[in-house]
Amino acid sequence: MFRFFLSVCVLGSLALTPFARAADTLMMATTTSTQDSGLLEYLEPVFKKETGIELKWVAVGTGKALEIAKNCDADVLLVHAPSAEMEFVKAGHGTDRRQVMYNDFIIVGPASDPAGIKGKSTAEALGGIFEAKAGFVSRGDQSGTHKAEQKLWKQADITPDKDPKYFSAGQGMIATLNMAAEKQAYSLTDRGTWITFADKMGDKNPLVIVVEGDKALFNQYSVITVNAAQCPKVKKDLAQKFEDWWVAPSTQQKIADYKLKGKQLFFPNAESGAGK
Amino acid sequence: MEYLINGLSGAFSLLIHMDAATLSAIYATLLSTCYAMTVALLLGLPLGFVLGYCTFPGKRALRLISDTLLAFPTVLIGLLVYAFITARGPLGQYGLLFTLPGMAIGQAVLALPIVTSWTAQAVESLDPRCRETLLTLGANGRQVAALALWECRYSIGMVSITAFGRVITEVGVAMMLGGNIRYATRTMTTAIALETSKGDFAQGIALGLILLLMAFIINLMLAFFRHRGRV
Repeated sequence: MFRFFLSVCVLGSLALTPFARAADTLMMATTTSTQDSGLLEYLEPVFKKETGIELKWVAVGTGKALEIAKNCDADVLLVHAPSAEMEFVKAGHGTDRRQVMYNDFIIVGPASDPAGIKGKSTAEALGGIFEAKAGFVSRGDQSGTHKAEQKLWKQADITPDKDPKYFSAGQGMIATLNMAAEKQAYSLTDRGTWITFADKMGDKNPLVIVVEGDKALFNQYSVITVNAAQCPKVKKDLAQKFEDWWVAPSTQQKIADYKLKGKQLFFPNAESGAGK
Repeated sequence: MEYLINGLSGAFSLLIHMDAATLSAIYATLLSTCYAMTVALLLGLPLGFVLGYCTFPGKRALRLISDTLLAFPTVLIGLLVYAFITARGPLGQYGLLFTLPGMAIGQAVLALPIVTSWTAQAVESLDPRCRETLLTLGANGRQVAALALWECRYSIGMVSITAFGRVITEVGVAMMLGGNIRYATRTMTTAIALETSKGDFAQGIALGLILLLMAFIINLMLAFFRHRGRV
């Protein structure tokens, strides 16, 4: 009996052993929004077709993505936390940071808008939520969105951490939005994920956009190569091709073309030539 | 309720169409589970047998350790194995992180105490008179051990299934060590976690039902062989 089980396992392992691995595989650590919005699944086949490189990615928060890269477990990054990125590059963990696209952050909340902040500036809105004790769900996972949110609270001169109506979810963006919907609370999200979320929820979506268009809500995405001097195993040449591909006009056009429900999710803004 | 109904119909359409992503997730699940179970059984069965059958100093302490490890939190396993196999870790040169074998290491660590402890338990619970009778009948030590092993074959089969069930349904270790990479290390469970985090509950339920179905088929097969072994 157990011998049968053992032999099934051994044979199974042998029979299922993966086919020869593709030689050119690039490992990327990225943020959840690029995956959850479907952008990567849309771009990956194009990348493979045009460069012959197979792209694999782990989608985590930007903070974790940077950690993975620090440990040399990825070749490239696609992330959205400019100040953390610059620190990362300055510390010698990464090279050749290039801006590739942007979208914007928005504050969403219950349609009834209990804090009465619709159309206000970001700082006023956050102050309003805080004073009205209306509830705010935070990513709380050191992701790009969470870092942006922390910066916004700081700019509004508020420390919400200990507030009982400040919920730190520690989860991905859509899970956080779900929580905000359940709790009738506000949240900060990137527009790409919001459109995905709103599309999924359809008519039952209890949340609406309350604050948008503020300059403080700009959300820049960049690609960075992991520094081969620190991580000898990094596939430098492939990473170079990857970066060049992102800033190429045809790719930039494809980013602009990616739409969900007729809405554009990401706006390409790569500088021509090699930016730093 | 709506989620469940959508999930059910989604599961059927997934099963019928079997798109590449679902197939690849099933494949990754089976492969890493097989790797992990092979290691766990090859190490755990002899270890458990020795632990249950022989008497030696320090045996009780070993049993205690093994039993404690039964409650090893899976995230902690993930974390520890991660520290070992990251490029900066002691096993970094093998490039195991975010691969199926890397994931299987964590799953094997999870399964090993289950196999060891419960095999020892099964061997210990054999009727002691059996051994005495065999000895009085003139069997030598090796024959007695072989018979003891044969006597607890069904319990060991159950141990294997239990460990298998733990490993195949595991999500924390798979997410942490495998990284949930599409077409590579995305297993059924991490796919469910992803669909849920994307807000696609129906798709998550559909995948969950397929996972359940897989477990059912494997148990059915084992039950069949067990039945045949008894007749």
